[in-house]
Amino acid sequence: MAKRRGRVIFQEDRCKGCELCTTVCPVDIVKMNKSKINVKGYHPATVDEMEKCIACANCATICPDVVIKIETIEE
Amino acid sequence: MSTIFERTDGLTDKQFHYCPGCTHGVIHRLVGEVLVELGVLGKAVGVAPVGCSVLAYDYFNCDMHEAAHGRAPAVATGIKRVLPDNVVFTYQGDGDLASIGTAEIIHAAHRGEKFTTIFVNNAIYGMTGGQMAPTTLIGQKATTAPYGRDAATTGMPLRMSEMLATIDGAVFVERVTVHNVAGIRKAKKAIKKAFEVQIAGLGFGIVEILSTCPTNWGITPVESLKWLEENMLPYYPLGNFRTPEEGK
Repeated sequence: MAKRRGRVIFQEDRCKGCELCTTVCPVDIVKMNKSKINVKGYHPATVDEMEKCIACANCATICPDVVIKIETIEE
Repeated sequence: MSTIFERTDGLTDKQFHYCPGCTHGVIHRLVGEVLVELGVLGKAVGVAPVGCSVLAYDYFNCDMHEAAHGRAPAVATGIKRVLPDNVVFTYQGDGDLASIGTAEIIHAAHRGEKFTTIFVNNAIYGMTGGQMAPTTLIGQKATTAPYGRDAATTGMPLRMSEMLATIDGAVFVERVTVHNVAGIRKAKKAIKKAFEVQIAGLGFGIVEILSTCPTNWGITPVESLKWLEENMLPYYPLGNFRTPEEGK
């Protein structure tokens, strides 16, 4: 069975920097982007190592501001 | 490539005004998703409360009505009786439902009004600035209980679900949480069940959802999830208190 991979897409300007998404990622790839400040004045959540994403959608499930969209990539 | 998670059509595109990390947003999304999945978004009518979620009418992508503080069940009663084929729900916080609106919710349940109540319990008054609510835990600090709630003068926290479950008209009563992913998935199932009970015309349904208030609890959003788990879950046990026989 092919390993399921995913892509996490953030609407960064909607992010309020609450960091809840960073606590539920099983592969620990969701981080706060400390080098960026969004339109609301927060450090938005981001993913640098997207190739590790398993498309579990945990981050999107707990996000209170519906910032996150998840796509799966078929291999 | 396929999309497995995106913003539901049950919500408008407007950004929530809630504080960072407030789980009201999660609960809004669950309600919106359930309305879409049940195919009733077009005939749904929501009743917004007074409290942090007072602007809920801006966020749900269905017809909405605003009610005076605590009176959402009375307004929903009127709407459901005039429009029996529509799907009617109230969205209320603990200050709204468990304090000023206690009479309305009890009698709406008692009469077996066929609407659904989404009850968000975060153990504090949020919008007005962190005053003690009937649901505030013993020892929990609030602006009107600076040394923590004292049972000797203010009684024990009110368990609304247990109380409502004693009323025959309340056919579906469940308490869920949104402090972790598994809890959120269960919460969605409970909300869906409550709406199905209404659509089947079985009676009144309520889902109590334990929620966080990082701002007024005075801790970070991440700490709030832990605080809920460690402090609220022992006093407010999760689970179903009533389900209609047909639905089991």
